[in-house]
Amino acid sequence: MDEEKSIFWNRRRQTACSIWAAVAYLAIGLLAGLLISPQWYQVDYHMVFAPPSFIHPFGTDYMGRDMFFRSLKGLSNSIMVGLASTAVSSVIALALGVAAAVKGGVVDRFVNWCVDLCMGIPHLILLLLISFMMGRGAKGVLAAVALTHWPELTRLVRAEVLQICSAQYVQASYRMGKSWLQVAWSHMVPQMLPVYLIGVVLLFPHAIMHEAAVTFLGFGFPAEVPAIGVVLSESMSYIATGKWWMAVFPGLLLLLAVLLLDVAGENLKRLVNPNSGNE
Amino acid sequence: MQNKGIGQVLEAKDVSFRYQKNSPWVLKGVNLTVGPGERVALVGPSGSGKSTLSRILAGYEKPCQGEVLWGGEPFEGSGYCPVQMVGQHPEQAVNPRWKMGKILTECWEPDEGLLQRMGIEQAWMGRWPIELSGGELQRFCILRVLGPGTKFLVCDEISAMLDAVTQAQVWQVVLEEARRRGMGIVAVTHNMALAKRVCSRIVELPKINGI
Repeated sequence: MDEEKSIFWNRRRQTACSIWAAVAYLAIGLLAGLLISPQWYQVDYHMVFAPPSFIHPFGTDYMGRDMFFRSLKGLSNSIMVGLASTAVSSVIALALGVAAAVKGGVVDRFVNWCVDLCMGIPHLILLLLISFMMGRGAKGVLAAVALTHWPELTRLVRAEVLQICSAQYVQASYRMGKSWLQVAWSHMVPQMLPVYLIGVVLLFPHAIMHEAAVTFLGFGFPAEVPAIGVVLSESMSYIATGKWWMAVFPGLLLLLAVLLLDVAGENLKRLVNPNSGNE
Repeated sequence: MQNKGIGQVLEAKDVSFRYQKNSPWVLKGVNLTVGPGERVALVGPSGSGKSTLSRILAGYEKPCQGEVLWGGEPFEGSGYCPVQMVGQHPEQAVNPRWKMGKILTECWEPDEGLLQRMGIEQAWMGRWPIELSGGELQRFCILRVLGPGTKFLVCDEISAMLDAVTQAQVWQVVLEEARRRGMGIVAVTHNMALAKRVCSRIVELPKINGI
């Protein structure tokens, strides 16, 4: 019985489940955020600091706003910032990394210089600077988070491409008459994909956390927009007075998003990796 | 020199090579002509440039001076190269993310008989390279480049990682194929006994290398 179960519950199924869970969570978060109308978390001074109940599953805050809908809306905002910045950052990283590795010489040195420059400045200060320059608000956060998460991934991509280009099997493939497009598609893309997945998995929570941090410091979303960062920073002032639900539930929502993505990414990584793929 | 006229002459003309601009020369003024169907053993001590010369002969590296001619003309830039090479590190010559079946059939599909003679088992096709030994991998690497487009084979220590029995088996297949289609061979080896057994001519690289 035990053996049967382990055959059924193998890594492939586990991976499929974790990916679907992560995707479903993100999709539901996004959709819910788009569908929730601001009326559902209206200010209601009769219900200030209500603990979790049937009507308000996550309780209410200092203005009597329903925390369940605020958190969901906030999560959807955070997911959107995370998705956008991950997309932008990974495209920047891909372009710069490939250019540096393939062109070499001056281009390589310039890209490396840019990477060093960006990594040399404390991340949070760079975020604040860009957000401030873009006029704060949603646009500021989005630009700041999207434009500062590419350096690590660029380095990874560059190293990976350099390694693949000099690999014997790639050169052999060229000698066997394959065009560079065929080689890129059949040899290089599969090799880069895991790096990409890990990069995305690492970028996503990073982006959300940074969005929260910038918002927390007052350079991000305005206070009336329910972002996870805003919600969490507000709850900080009340957590000492026993209003635990204001921090715990939004925090859990965020944690769940990060964890699900991480598990999905890890499982995928192990399945693609030949060292553990046939387990 | 049997099977004249089927293959073509592979010729290294005054080939010089060094890896960087100011580094010492590895090869200088090397001339080597291998006729169609001829089997030449390239011998020499370690570090004497045997592998470098074979990479140049197979078109993996461009010589700094001189040229490599196939049938009197330089290699075409694209398309299946008639001169193919098998290296001494099979684990580096296969994509670690491909399964063996895909690796083997990257450019042609060997028939069942050839697989059997090479000692390749069907069960290996679904495995990843990391799950096979170096000797098993090498058989795939050799068979992979024995496609109909290959007119000349450069073998850089292809049997160093094989035991004596397998070595004989693999070389037998290679030689049979070479004889059948008049394929020329340049074989790099340390093993003089093997060189004498397999090849029709033995060239000592230090003697033709002008450094």
